[in-house]
Amino acid sequence: MYSERVMDHFMNPRNMGEIPDADGVGEVGNPACGDIMRITLRIEENRIVDAKFKTFGCAAAIASSSMATELIKGKTIEEALAVTNRAVAEALEGLPPQKLHCSVLAEEGIQKAIEDYRARHGTPTANEG
Amino acid sequence: MNAAIRGRSRPIYMDHAATTPVRPEVVEAMLPCFSERYGNPSSVYALAREAQVTLEKARGQVADALGAATEEIYFTSGGTEADNWAIKGVAAANRKKGDHIITSSIEHHAVLHSCETLEKQGYRVTYLPVDEFGRVDPASVEEAITDQTILVSVMAANNEIGTIQPIKKIAEIAHDHGVPFHTDAVQAIGAIPIDVNEMGIDLLSLSAHKFGGPKGTGALYIRRKTRIAALMDGGAQERGKRAGTENVPGAVGLGKAIELAVAEMPEKVPRLAAMRDRLIRGILDSIPETRLNGHPTERLPNNVNVAFRYVEGESILLMLDALGIAASTGSACTSASLDPSHVLIACGLPAEHAHGSLRLTLGSQNTDDDVDYVLSVLPRVIERLRKMSPLSPEQYT
Repeated sequence: MYSERVMDHFMNPRNMGEIPDADGVGEVGNPACGDIMRITLRIEENRIVDAKFKTFGCAAAIASSSMATELIKGKTIEEALAVTNRAVAEALEGLPPQKLHCSVLAEEGIQKAIEDYRARHGTPTANEG
Repeated sequence: MNAAIRGRSRPIYMDHAATTPVRPEVVEAMLPCFSERYGNPSSVYALAREAQVTLEKARGQVADALGAATEEIYFTSGGTEADNWAIKGVAAANRKKGDHIITSSIEHHAVLHSCETLEKQGYRVTYLPVDEFGRVDPASVEEAITDQTILVSVMAANNEIGTIQPIKKIAEIAHDHGVPFHTDAVQAIGAIPIDVNEMGIDLLSLSAHKFGGPKGTGALYIRRKTRIAALMDGGAQERGKRAGTENVPGAVGLGKAIELAVAEMPEKVPRLAAMRDRLIRGILDSIPETRLNGHPTERLPNNVNVAFRYVEGESILLMLDALGIAASTGSACTSASLDPSHVLIACGLPAEHAHGSLRLTLGSQNTDDDVDYVLSVLPRVIERLRKMSPLSPEQYT
């Protein structure tokens, strides 16, 4: 049911863990639904220099978190915000239809972590700008 | 983790509640029915009569296993059809008498969804609650029953948590009110003694592939004089109650499998129960914040169901699969819905705990070595997933 890439990121997750004193933290999901993701970011001069995740959820949720953090590392905040759930799913060589929400969760997690960074650093969000 | 799997020469199958391998004796009994004794039992020539005799012998084997009469056994396409037929057939035949059905909240979906279909047709259904161990209180049946009640259906043993229900007491209460009693015994056959007369069962569903028989074959036991409508319309097969050319190879496989399963119970049950108890104790002793789901003693001899805090079931299954272990979970993430197991929820488990459930169901081929192996790798799998989980307290990270 899962692609080799999903299984690889599930069995060997990249960027698993938590950045201490992170510049941005985003937690999304709901334990009752079986998915929670916490993304932590280190941001220097508008660039994501490190990203880590912790995820409670199925293989697709863990693989989506792993891939999403890979995709945004080294990117500017604007570039990271442009990473869509579709990009995460494509990078994983696809997800089963009932698991697409896991990639949506990853996108939301990143957005929320960046929002948190902006709120703390007084930077206006894209919407307000 | 990969080092551990390299030492294994064969995978460990611990999902016997899902299905079982067909036994060689069963395959052997079935084979001649495909290309040698292929006659249609409804025809008149010798080849057909031979098929008829073969079919009736299989029916007798099923009847003997249940303490029933041969003519009270009706072959079906499996447990799901038997459940659908029992619920919908009794409801339809008794519509003028009443419109109320009593069942439990932890039934298989074949029963629950049949009841939901009837509700849409205007029937009323009471879904009895269960206690924390998944047991139905017979007193709740007494409270729910009315003069409009036309059927009580409670499973003999639960497929997820293995809890054995007090069906004899429940049947007594139903009978005190003149109401027939159906039980879904799909998981119970070959695991606990079943005697339809001793236990007061009027209808019983069973499925061959749960005890070494082929898939696509089951039976409904219907006590004589029970009012029930047909589910399938067509020819006059199965005493006019279930149309369709009989699945002779399937019925033969079912007959052989149930005969063997019941005969082997005295040897098999204590052996599986000992492995079950070692698994349960071993898991609870080695992995903190883990609970046993289901009843500590009133449970199927082959069922282990535990819930681990902070982790999700599908992840556990895939990691175990990578280690050569086949198991099951009540997490939503293995189904199309976002809801975890209705059985675990009915037992009062919070949804987030239910997502972390693991079911291991043993079978004849499992050995003590298999148990040792599972106990040696499972703590590492849970530890690994807890390290990844944002819900885990600090000591696990």
